[in-house]
Amino acid sequence: MEKPFAITLQVESSLANHTGSWRVERPQYVNLMPPCNNACPAGENVQKWLYTAEDGSYEEAWRALIVENPFPAIMGRVCYHPCQTVCSRGQLDEAVGINSVERFLGDLAIEKGWSIPVTAPSTGFKVLIIGAGPTGLSAAYHLRRMGHAVTIRDAADVAGGMMRFGIPKYRLPRNILNAEIARIEDMGVRFQLNHKVDNVQDAIDDGFDAVFLAVGAQIGKRAYIPAGEAARILDAVNVLHDVADGEAPLLGRKVVVYGGGNTAIDVARTAKRLGADEAMIVYRRTREKAPANDTEIQEAIEEGVLMKWLSTVKHADAGVLKIERMELDDKGFPQPTGEFEDLEADSLVLALGQEVDLSLVNNLPDVEVRDGVVHVDPNMMTGRAGIFAGGDMVPAERTVTTGVGHGKKAARNIDAWLRKEKFEKEPIPRVVEYSDLNPWYYTDAPHAVRPRLEGVRRASNFDEVVQGLDESTALYEARRCMSCGNCFECDNCFGVCPDNAVIKLGPGKGFEFNLDYCKGCGICVSECPSGSIIMIPEKS
Amino acid sequence: MSTTPVKFYQVGSFAVGNRLLPAAAGSVQSDMERTNALTSGHRACQGCGEALGARYAMDAAMRAANDKVIAVNATGCLEVFSTPYPESSWRIAWLHSLFGNAPAVATGVAAALRAKGRTEVRVIGQGGDGATVDIGFGPLSGMFERNDDVLYICYDNEAYMNTGVQRSGATPAAARTATTQAVGPEPGNVFGQGKNVPRIAMAHEIPYVATATVADLRDLEAKVARAMEFRGARYLHVLVPCPLGWGSQSCDTVKIARLATQSGLFPVFEAERGEVVSSTPIRQRVMVEEYLKLQGRYSHLFSPKRRDDVIDRLQAAADRNIKRYNLMPEEAGDL
Ligand SMILES: Cc1cc2nc3c(=O)[nH]c(=O)nc-3n(C[C@H](O)[C@H](O)[C@H](O)COP(=O)(O)OP(=O)(O)OC[C@H]3O[C@@H](n4cnc5c(N)ncnc54)[C@H](O)[C@@H]3O)c2cc1C
Ligand SMILES: Cc1ncc(C[n+]2csc(CCOP(=O)(O)OP(=O)(O)O)c2C)c(N)n1
Ligand code: SF4
Ligand code: SF4
Ligand code: SF4
Ligand SMILES: [Mg+2]
Repeated sequence: MEKPFAITLQVESSLANHTGSWRVERPQYVNLMPPCNNACPAGENVQKWLYTAEDGSYEEAWRALIVENPFPAIMGRVCYHPCQTVCSRGQLDEAVGINSVERFLGDLAIEKGWSIPVTAPSTGFKVLIIGAGPTGLSAAYHLRRMGHAVTIRDAADVAGGMMRFGIPKYRLPRNILNAEIARIEDMGVRFQLNHKVDNVQDAIDDGFDAVFLAVGAQIGKRAYIPAGEAARILDAVNVLHDVADGEAPLLGRKVVVYGGGNTAIDVARTAKRLGADEAMIVYRRTREKAPANDTEIQEAIEEGVLMKWLSTVKHADAGVLKIERMELDDKGFPQPTGEFEDLEADSLVLALGQEVDLSLVNNLPDVEVRDGVVHVDPNMMTGRAGIFAGGDMVPAERTVTTGVGHGKKAARNIDAWLRKEKFEKEPIPRVVEYSDLNPWYYTDAPHAVRPRLEGVRRASNFDEVVQGLDESTALYEARRCMSCGNCFECDNCFGVCPDNAVIKLGPGKGFEFNLDYCKGCGICVSECPSGSIIMIPEKS
Repeated sequence: MSTTPVKFYQVGSFAVGNRLLPAAAGSVQSDMERTNALTSGHRACQGCGEALGARYAMDAAMRAANDKVIAVNATGCLEVFSTPYPESSWRIAWLHSLFGNAPAVATGVAAALRAKGRTEVRVIGQGGDGATVDIGFGPLSGMFERNDDVLYICYDNEAYMNTGVQRSGATPAAARTATTQAVGPEPGNVFGQGKNVPRIAMAHEIPYVATATVADLRDLEAKVARAMEFRGARYLHVLVPCPLGWGSQSCDTVKIARLATQSGLFPVFEAERGEVVSSTPIRQRVMVEEYLKLQGRYSHLFSPKRRDDVIDRLQAAADRNIKRYNLMPEEAGDL
């Protein structure tokens, strides 16, 4: 080529030299499983909806969220957020407040009236769901989105299950619960309330193609406690149910709650709100060993609930309880000490867990019952083909979120079963570890804590205790996400490559490697903050 | 209620880009239309810090000077790997002369432009540490002394890499090179010798002197842009790790540069007319050992016998920098 005076080398003529041939390893973009997504019992794609929310696209973020879970506003209040326990950011400063952003999105959706259109064509299949708790509602939602005709029957006069008759309204206001259930109703799910199902076989004979059982665990466990005739002993689930119905059960001035789970905490806090001078929790083990969520224990203490750890109730009489002090043995089990004391108490509320009422499957011999719960296969199906079950009535953790997850999983399997197919779950990619990340790049930004009503003031009313984030704090919180294992377009790879071998495709489109020139140095892998690039050996 | 202003961005300005920032606030390197002054197909080693640093600096200079830049290059890796006849990786006007005379040639180019009334075209001289602190040092000092209108950039990989890793006046104490073997009671390069050219440049009281590394792109780009705001002689000293000469993994190039700054061994600062005007604080302090142990050129400090005496001397040098350049302003009172 003819070159101008003093020009000896053609501009960028080095492009003829394909240095990619030097490579023994090549970089590859990947999408790994973020720890939060992996830990969510409802299988939410947390990283994805946080990413979407980060630029203020809240509706899009909400829509990404509800692909897995129809209840973000409820979740944002009652979920114990195992996602945050494992959040990678927890190792840098504090876990991302995933749950509070979820609540923000959920509340915004209610405020804006975002609805969920059913776009799938009708399949012609009819599915019956028994129980309108979170498990049944979630299944109904997912089945409806797939185009099935769904009917829910519930014994109660209003839907919600334990979200309504267990969880008190100072934690889950009813307008929120109602709004998220109404959205499911608006999708065309048929609700048949005041409709207790005693015999599943009869229900099937009504012409349903598949049935999902989600009746929860409604019966309060009883422990044998010797008691005088005048002793006032109540059951926690019934107390909470009455309060939810607007009744005020007679508890007296001094209330003792027996048990260490969340139900015990809720009853004690409710007793305070009903005007009890003193509400005390008696539990046979220690605070550390109590199954209740620690934040809730803390909130109860702040509200003035008294805690008596390592104690059992030996005898109940009118106005007085006999308490025995316990001691943990080397294995951590509580053992009696023979030391007793008297405790003044106008009532004793038992919160010792719940059992499943299995009468409705009594005449279905194929449905296997083990240890008081219904046994299901990995596809959530009982021993009887076409009858599925989930939530509190099957062996699993008893939480709203687990129920929602079961509902989703059951819906997918019911759908496949109806179509005579098998539901194949997409393989789960490797879970991101903290060492995959390059935390240098994340600015130090501690968690925006949700404001709470002050202890004494809140103990006297049923107002919601934990307040939401406002837009700016929610956005701030979303932006703390480190996007574990998924590219968030920080341009680091595009910048740090000494060989200019990363092609930027433009906003939202990500990047590609130019393997003609990539020498395989691996700097892009080391400097990717989110661990979204790996090195793989070059085929020789 | 604890609130923080909404202006917070996930990765702040530490990463190259940030999709939440308006494009105008992005770095030059995040721009799909960046010059790519030094483009693909060059023959630098895998993970070469010098190739990276040169592209960072030149792309920033091109943006600052509206694409009107002439670069004069000394002999060294940068020249050899970018222009093996008949190829060139440069996408800017680029001139090569000799190992020892780049500052003088740059001075000449600037003089020619001035004579032609083309002072909107900016001149950059560039070279390795050998070219800068050793063989080209006389012309460089003259260029400073005359305050010629040139930005000179030294890509410091702390030895003569192109000819096989010989010691230069910028080789740090205790480092092994081909000419400072790890033998004898004081293995590697000796303590107490060598030149600190940023400080020598400052002594010339030229308008602008700064240091930077390939680990902090925003800082490097800002310094190039700032340098281009001045006329007269300016000097930028960029630390560029060299996997071959330092015996480090190619993937660790940026990390090692980062550790150099976070240990205090390489202070990042800027000076105007001989006075330090700012320094980049250490964000996550590390002991020098973290930096040293990733590099084969210091392996004799860890095996066969750990040389705490030598490591302590290097740590003392880092501590001195921290004090001297106020690299940990929050702890300054306790030091
Ligand atoms: C006091 C309390 C507080 C809790 N707090 C939390 C919390 O903060 N976070 C959390 O994640 N979990 C919490 N839980 C647990 C959570 O509420 C349950 O795990 C969850 O509601 C179970 O959902 P489910 O749909 O399986 O059952 P349920 O919610 O119990 O719903 C079952 C539904 O089936 C109906 N039903 C029952 N039998 C029949 C029948 N034969 N025919 C027709 N309908 C029938 C019932 O009326 C009910 O509506 C709490 C539980 C309690 C008791
Ligand atoms: C006058 C002269 N002496 C010696 C050489 C051989 N030579 C070429 S490059 C080089 C070393 C370059 O070292 P440096 O400037 O640090 O650049 P690097 O290769 O390390 O980037 C030497 C000694 C030469 N080209 N000219
Ligand atoms: S940093 Fe983000 S992606 Fe990673 S675990 Fe936490 S919320 Fe999930
Ligand atoms: S930084 Fe560039 S050359 Fe190195 S592995 Fe990545 S793409 Fe390849
Ligand atoms: S370096 Fe940044 S842009 Fe590149 S893959 Fe990682 S997250 Fe995405
Ligand atoms: Mg050199």
